[in-house]
Amino acid sequence: MTTNDMPRWATGIVLPLLNLLSALLVAALAIHLLGEDPVDAMRILVNSAIVNPEGLSYTLFYASTFIFTGLAVSLAMQAGLFNIGAEGQMYFGGLGLTLAMLAFDAALPWYLLIPVGMIGAALFGALWAFIPGYLQAKRGSHIVVTTIMFNFIAASLMNFVIVKYLIPPGEQNTASRVFSDAATLPPLNAWFPALGDTPLNISFFVSILALVIYGVAVSRSAWGYKLRATGLNKHAAHYAGVKISAMIIVTMLISGALAGLGAVNSIMGSTHYLSLNFVGGAGFVGIAIALMGRQHPVGIFLSSVLFGALIQGGFDLSLEKPNIPTETFIFIQGLIILFCGAMENLYAPVLIKLIKGKKG
Amino acid sequence: MTFEDLHLGSIVVSTVRNAPVLIFAAMAGLFAERSGVIDIGLEGKILASAFVSAAVAFATQNPWYGILAGMAVSIALATLQGYVAVTQKGNQLVAGIAINIAMSGLTFVVAQYFFQQGGRTPDLGAARLPYVTLPGSDAVAEVPVLGWIWTQLLGGHSILVYAAFLLVPLVHWLLYHTRFGLRLRACGENPHAADAAGVSVERTRYTSMLIAGTLCSFSGAYLAIVQSGFFLRDMSAGMGYLALTAMVFGNWRPFYTFLGCLMFGFFTAVQIQLEGVDLPVVGRIPGALIQMVPYVVTVIALAGLMAKSVAPKAIGVPFVKSR
Repeated sequence: MTTNDMPRWATGIVLPLLNLLSALLVAALAIHLLGEDPVDAMRILVNSAIVNPEGLSYTLFYASTFIFTGLAVSLAMQAGLFNIGAEGQMYFGGLGLTLAMLAFDAALPWYLLIPVGMIGAALFGALWAFIPGYLQAKRGSHIVVTTIMFNFIAASLMNFVIVKYLIPPGEQNTASRVFSDAATLPPLNAWFPALGDTPLNISFFVSILALVIYGVAVSRSAWGYKLRATGLNKHAAHYAGVKISAMIIVTMLISGALAGLGAVNSIMGSTHYLSLNFVGGAGFVGIAIALMGRQHPVGIFLSSVLFGALIQGGFDLSLEKPNIPTETFIFIQGLIILFCGAMENLYAPVLIKLIKGKKG
Repeated sequence: MTFEDLHLGSIVVSTVRNAPVLIFAAMAGLFAERSGVIDIGLEGKILASAFVSAAVAFATQNPWYGILAGMAVSIALATLQGYVAVTQKGNQLVAGIAINIAMSGLTFVVAQYFFQQGGRTPDLGAARLPYVTLPGSDAVAEVPVLGWIWTQLLGGHSILVYAAFLLVPLVHWLLYHTRFGLRLRACGENPHAADAAGVSVERTRYTSMLIAGTLCSFSGAYLAIVQSGFFLRDMSAGMGYLALTAMVFGNWRPFYTFLGCLMFGFFTAVQIQLEGVDLPVVGRIPGALIQMVPYVVTVIALAGLMAKSVAPKAIGVPFVKSR
């Protein structure tokens, strides 16, 4: 009764779809209990998140951030590391990006500011993942607990840094100053006016590029082979010559850098300043995306778009239906993680029986 | 100046009042994890039971009905975790995180639906648990030190505070001095040996989850109907993770875990006391930095600089009967 008995299309497509449907079914039941019509809610959601071009571009805007946090969690998962710290790493990455912008945004042109911002974000994100990675590799401290602690430490530390150092004199808003116009990611509606008023920007293409690099690095490179070997069996990989502790540290560095890069889209693409709690759960969404996308680039892309659509559609839905606040979608996220991650093999026995029945 | 005017005195008292949320949750986690099931879903169970306790206590104007209802929902969630861990043999970490995220959203939505106050329940008023006044409080109230100890430190708490502190030796006794405790620990250390000895690993793990769910519900009930007197969105604020950490800090042993809980309760109390106070030499310490201390201490502890923590060996591993 293992999933190994099943063809790949069943484990890769049918099972995730069944799990997703189960999660949405429970969500529909909840919406029904809240006194609203689930079918109507679904219609509004699809309409405002996918059909309407402006809504679709918002969906893709959110997805661009989620792809990065999803990749961060997925990469660590490949090495058997459960990185719950993408939230804190992206938050800290936002600080790196902001420090770079505050230093250079008056002096450099946009084509230099963007790479500088990305480097700042990646460096700080990597730094925030390095310590848990190092502690796991060298001291055996469990990465799950340390990355959770680092989320809390990041939240307190950022609170302190923003309030104490980054609020411009005379301002009340807990945020850094607004960057200069040069530090803006080129928006896509400059080329496609049909997209409407949307923050969707070139970092969408950067995230696609990151997906491709991830796919090639993980499943086509020698390093990726060692990475997956570490994840499958640490001891076997060690005897095959993989330096496990170096592998863990490097993986966490890249994972943290990816999470940090998630800040580029949210800050340089939309708000143009660092604000308190700007991450808003994107790191936790990354966990859901990695689980649902089964750490596969295509899966990560599709689930990022799905979560982007849930957020975008959720905003519009909460405006029309006061009984379905945006928090409903936090609940739905939890359901998706539960069904697609924890109970991923719920339907496996039934499916195996069906497949075998057909053959026999 | 009387003793209770001293900051130290009120820090000690508020440590005692902060600790029960952590103690109940940490002891819950202890049962789950000693039987081999990772309980990262403490946070979600605390939140769910806090909301349900507050809502039912408000609706019935009876705190005990609130506690019972909170218990039911916490047990339901623990059973779901048990189902994932034991029957589904799924990923226990993921199940816990899913419960935390789902409950963070659901409690707000339901609270908003019923009370329309931005995800908050109305103030419980008289439906809070009463504070216990120890006999003879009036007589000793004016006596220095002793009066403070009798009325503030030992007396003047709700019954759940006493329950939390008595729970620790009880858990110790159950784990180390009963047949059930031995079997439970065996399931967490070496389930195959336990199985060979005729212990049903599945039943033991389910039972542990039921105990964990029950204990964890008190944590939420304490938060909502003793400490604050209402439910507020995400009011657990990381308490579940802190309890879990106290347990790791305490090496999965009841008394050391209890000390970890007291430590975290102490830092919370210090943080509130020191907010905006000018200290000699260092000046004003921002609350955000004091807030960080328990997490940093935990990371240092985890790094093995204080003591090496050794988790139950079979933790997080689904048990598959060998043939």
